[in-house]
Amino acid sequence: MLEVQGLTCFRQNRCLFAELNFVLSDHQICQIEGPNGAGKSTLLRAILGLFRPDEGKIFWAGESTTQQAELFLQQVLFLGHKFAINSDLTPWQNLEFWAVLNPTSNLDFESALAMVGLTGLEHIPCHSLSAGQHRRVALARLWLTNTKLWILDEPFTAIDKNGVDLLQQRFQQHLQNGGMVLITTHQDLSQNFEQLIKLKLGGNISGEM
Amino acid sequence: MNSNLPQAQLSYWIAFKAIFVRELKLAWQKPSQIIQPMVFFLIVVTLFPLGISPAPKTLQMIGPGVIWIAALLAIMLVVDRLFRQDFQEGTIEAWLLSTVPMSLLVAAKLLAAWFISCSVLLLISPVLALLMNVESQVIPALMLSLLIGTPILLFVGAIGNALTVSLNQGGVLLSLLVLPLYIPVLIFATSLIEAASFNMDYSGQLAILVSMLLVSCFFAPVAIAAALKNTVN
Amino acid sequence: MWKWLHPYAKAETAYNLCYRLLPYFSWLAAITLIAGSIWGLLYAPADYQQGDSFRIIYFHVPTAIWSMGAYTSMAICGMVGIVWQIKNAELAVYAIAPVGAAFTFLALVTGAVWGKPMWGAWWVWDARLTSELILLFLYLGVIALYNSFEDKRTAARAASILAIVGVVNVPIIHYSVEWWNTLHQGASITKFDKPSISPDMLWPLLLNIAGFLFILAAITCLRLANQILINDARRPWVKALVEQSSTEATSLVKGK
Repeated sequence: MLEVQGLTCFRQNRCLFAELNFVLSDHQICQIEGPNGAGKSTLLRAILGLFRPDEGKIFWAGESTTQQAELFLQQVLFLGHKFAINSDLTPWQNLEFWAVLNPTSNLDFESALAMVGLTGLEHIPCHSLSAGQHRRVALARLWLTNTKLWILDEPFTAIDKNGVDLLQQRFQQHLQNGGMVLITTHQDLSQNFEQLIKLKLGGNISGEM
Repeated sequence: MNSNLPQAQLSYWIAFKAIFVRELKLAWQKPSQIIQPMVFFLIVVTLFPLGISPAPKTLQMIGPGVIWIAALLAIMLVVDRLFRQDFQEGTIEAWLLSTVPMSLLVAAKLLAAWFISCSVLLLISPVLALLMNVESQVIPALMLSLLIGTPILLFVGAIGNALTVSLNQGGVLLSLLVLPLYIPVLIFATSLIEAASFNMDYSGQLAILVSMLLVSCFFAPVAIAAALKNTVN
Repeated sequence: MWKWLHPYAKAETAYNLCYRLLPYFSWLAAITLIAGSIWGLLYAPADYQQGDSFRIIYFHVPTAIWSMGAYTSMAICGMVGIVWQIKNAELAVYAIAPVGAAFTFLALVTGAVWGKPMWGAWWVWDARLTSELILLFLYLGVIALYNSFEDKRTAARAASILAIVGVVNVPIIHYSVEWWNTLHQGASITKFDKPSISPDMLWPLLLNIAGFLFILAAITCLRLANQILINDARRPWVKALVEQSSTEATSLVKGK
């Protein structure tokens, strides 16, 4: 269970959100909405500890994520705007390297890359892939990871319609297994999720559930 | 505190090795990382006889200092792009989010960077010593000083790069931050070579350089990790 | 043990503290500096070797001492800020930096002015002057780094890290430069360390040393208070402060 308490973030003197509270439990997906610059990415980064919030605490399974960072981080998968894919290495090498840093993941790179439609491209350097394919390499991690909480920042960008459907199916699967998803996206999710929370940022709305 | 400590340590070691191997692979694919600092080193040293005087006596006198200043500038070039690609591609963020301590990952990267870019400076330094008319019995001392001095320069410079990597400002700010910190290394290294050229004992300078190396080994990865964590903010 | 520090982590408390301390430091600085300078420049006896030109030590020595002192305190502030996550301590790093740089610059200029009659040249590669010069570079690095970041919180943290790295290096630089100096100049005349100084000359010097410390503290307080206000310009407590002072101003105008 992820619990955010009284989170307040300023960026360059501008209050993005104040006193934000929400809880994300097993089987739940939370979609963060808001216009550009509303602080969606900052919220995700603050939860991960990449951004220092002005106020507030974040708890994972009842423990503070700043005090028990390791406990938290080994249960989290994050895909941000930058997807940590080295363009000089091949998709295979990139996933291999990622798996070393995330030792709980499984190592079936072949079928993960096949899931995202990169069969046959495993061993060519990423800089010769298209933007969408580049992104798919990063998304292949969703089929490797065994973490409980997925934090995804605009995962559908540069992905075609079939890809979006595929991703949402994967989310459904993950939620059924007791996982949690925290996601920012501009478009609405096209599939029907049973336990969908919407969190609106922007304006002076603080912590709507 | 941690019940599965041996296992954690094992995964630390695997991660350390993985980063080291990854850096070597990348360098193999883009050999410019190896060649460019080396050529730069060579060119800068060539400028001095042209700019000052090719008289053997003069060259002999300024030789060690010139070689060291050239090495220092070449390392500035290496340091300038050390974390840039990893930062831009988001790899730094991924490292910060892994359960392996950031300073360990940074240490692996630094060690690899030394092997890739600095060890070649060490290898071609005898050639430059000949160009600068440095006596042949001084060459071992020169190489020894570079062996111990270049990692210090790399580690300290990497702190500067980690602080400025998000700024897109290029080398000017970096050199302002880093070059003053290089002065002690320059002084002791050249003084070591000078002592060697007079056939004097240089164990004092050597001891100081080694202790500076040890301090920077322990201190730099921690400072770099803090700087990188700050810069993704 | 460090609980007493935590109230000052709040911007408002730190701001109020700075503003309360400012007048004390300013008055102390003014009194000691005026007394010390007049005493030193007009009434203290002239040096039997250097004549009146030695009187520049009343400015050279205090600025040189506090140029090092300011760097150390900057690094301590940075350390406190990073270890205990106190934002205002990190801001203090940048509040001190330009003052320290100015002191270092003054120490260099007064050293050069003093050196001209002594050595016959404006600049001599004397160990202390060289260390001061490198210290000036270190200060400029901290200032340039802080100003390069848009986000001032990131800037303050980066400057703090650099200050800490720098302070580890300051003694090494100092020592290495001294080594280098003895190596290359042998027994050069070091006018800067006199073996003994007569009490008539010492008292005004001590007064000025204290005076420069107070002025360092005063300017730091002022700069830190302003920096806190700028950084928190849109927070409620600053807005309340602005409203309060503007109502006071209007009531003053009405009172007239």
